Amino acid sequence: MNIRRFILIAVPYAWLLALFFIPFFIVFKISLSDLALAIPPYSPTVKDGIFNMLSAFDFENFTFLASDDLYWKAYLSSLKIALISTIFAVIVGYPMAYGMARAPDEWRPTLMMLVILPFWTSFLIRVYAWVGILSNEGLLNQLLLWLGLIDAPLTIMNTTTAVYIGIVYTYLPFMILPIYAALDRLDESLIEAAEDLGCSRTKAFWLVTVPLSRNGIIAGCFLVFIPALGEFVIPSLLGGSGTLMIGKVLFEEFFNNRDWPVASAVAVVLLLILIVPITLFQRNQQRQAEADT
Amino acid sequence: MSQTNFSPWDDPNGKPLIRFDNVTKKFGEFVAIDDLTLDIYEREFFALLGPSGCGKTTMMRMLAGFEDPTSGKMELAGKNIAGIPPNKRAVNMMFQSYALFPHLTVWDNIAFGLRRGGASKQQIEKRVEEMLTLTRMTKFARRKPHQISGGQRQRVALARSLAKAPKLLLLDEPLGALDKKLRQDTQFELMDIQESTGTTFVIVTHDQEEAMTVASRVAVMDEGRIIQVATPDRIYEAPNSVYVADFIGDVNIIEGTVKPAGEDLYYIDWNPNQAPLLAASERPFSDGQTAHLAIRPEKITISAEQPVEAKNTAKGSVLDIAYLGNLSTYYVQLDGGQVVKAQTANTRRLSRRSITWEDKVWISWSATAGVLLDR
Repeated sequence: MNIRRFILIAVPYAWLLALFFIPFFIVFKISLSDLALAIPPYSPTVKDGIFNMLSAFDFENFTFLASDDLYWKAYLSSLKIALISTIFAVIVGYPMAYGMARAPDEWRPTLMMLVILPFWTSFLIRVYAWVGILSNEGLLNQLLLWLGLIDAPLTIMNTTTAVYIGIVYTYLPFMILPIYAALDRLDESLIEAAEDLGCSRTKAFWLVTVPLSRNGIIAGCFLVFIPALGEFVIPSLLGGSGTLMIGKVLFEEFFNNRDWPVASAVAVVLLLILIVPITLFQRNQQRQAEADT
Repeated sequence: MSQTNFSPWDDPNGKPLIRFDNVTKKFGEFVAIDDLTLDIYEREFFALLGPSGCGKTTMMRMLAGFEDPTSGKMELAGKNIAGIPPNKRAVNMMFQSYALFPHLTVWDNIAFGLRRGGASKQQIEKRVEEMLTLTRMTKFARRKPHQISGGQRQRVALARSLAKAPKLLLLDEPLGALDKKLRQDTQFELMDIQESTGTTFVIVTHDQEEAMTVASRVAVMDEGRIIQVATPDRIYEAPNSVYVADFIGDVNIIEGTVKPAGEDLYYIDWNPNQAPLLAASERPFSDGQTAHLAIRPEKITISAEQPVEAKNTAKGSVLDIAYLGNLSTYYVQLDGGQVVKAQTANTRRLSRRSITWEDKVWISWSATAGVLLDR
């Protein structure tokens, strides 16, 4: 009995150890070493002997991150972009989730399908498709010119706006699904009770529907915010050189500069920043589970 | 209880609080309420009783303002209320599921309606405390709905719907979720609260015992129509149709043809093997008309020998006995084949049952024991 239980618990922990803690320690170890013209491009390594390696470690890369304003600007800019995108995702996602939850029963599977459908094609292709829509000769500008709403094409590509559009588009399902789940469970008679007690429809929405879908909103926000913070593909494809995001900086350090130690330090700091929202998210999930029982 | 003389429906000058005037409600092709006219008076405890799908919930939802009548007029205190949204009506509802807000405490649930009304903070606090005392929930004011029992939730729901002192309180199967014992206690509590607050209550229920206990008047509904509206005792003792007689309590229905037998008296020929039955009826019947005689089982006497005095007697044998503790119901198969239920109260402990299975017995009842019905 105890052995079975031990195995059951051991499997996820082994998974976590092999796929998260070991890689993280390797990255952390590299972040403590120095750049070198070698393969791998850093020193010291285990080949130099464990004691020599440990004594050569220092926090030089982290102090470098703090001294160069590129890095903290990139972190701040990422936080800002992730935050604003999350807010937009709520504004766009909530009405969609609400509409789905209020739709007739026979429509719901179809609507759910439509939300999930984009996942069936490659993420990269979908982001490239936005290039075709947003560029100066793109579909959006063509349409607006044809309608006569604008005289000259709008510059959307290679701006932060394009990054916002990309992030909101990509992560919208992660916002819609938890909110939909919360709204779907909402008892219709609660809204009627609120109206019966003197609320207008709008007031009942703000006093009953929104508070009762709060957990869904919070879950959705984290599910959008966390990946958006470290996003690399969207800013590099849609944001151009003007958009500063930490995911892009990380990529450039690693592949363009081949500076593995600094890239690792950037990654470690990013993880530390992410631990805060992840912890908050888990606490929210836990509280929700407690409230349900 | 001062309910003995409370009968505003008999007063021809009485002004009803609620008036349904030829109200019809259709959902697509389905007729939920069929040309219904009804008056409900102030301070009444009015019960809408009927099987599920009879339209009683639709009537209640129309009163609350969640549905509008397709045609006809609905008045509350003399004003037409069609089209007025639920939040603008002096009507509150206690929902079947209670619909307590799970994210608010008991206190905030009760205060919810008061806060929408623009009352001052002190007024709200005073009123909430009053309601908590009334429903004996003061100790639980800080709890959330999921932290209290079903009976307590029911009381919170009642307190919340009464907090705004509505002219009319609607109760949708208010005791449906409680177990039997708690339900009985709560029925009397409801009556006390109704009396002490002076609010008009309209209750929807499918439980006839509950309707009979709490209500000043009962409306029996079927397929969107009201079959009979009367006080509980009239509904039970003087049903106007076989449907009502059968729906409320237990009843024996005997079908036969009528023959006049003097003033307000009729003979009913019902079985060639049995003597005709004698029944009194204020309702006139013509010679040869088909009629149904409805007799409650407790009004039938069962005996081993032929009774001499009784107006109506019939011979049969005991088919089955249902012992219910306080009562015993005998299923007597008459010589014509029909089975009649007769009930006796078990007033003495440890008495040997004088009548048992397969016994030849006589059943008897007086001329006024049954009700003669034409439909």
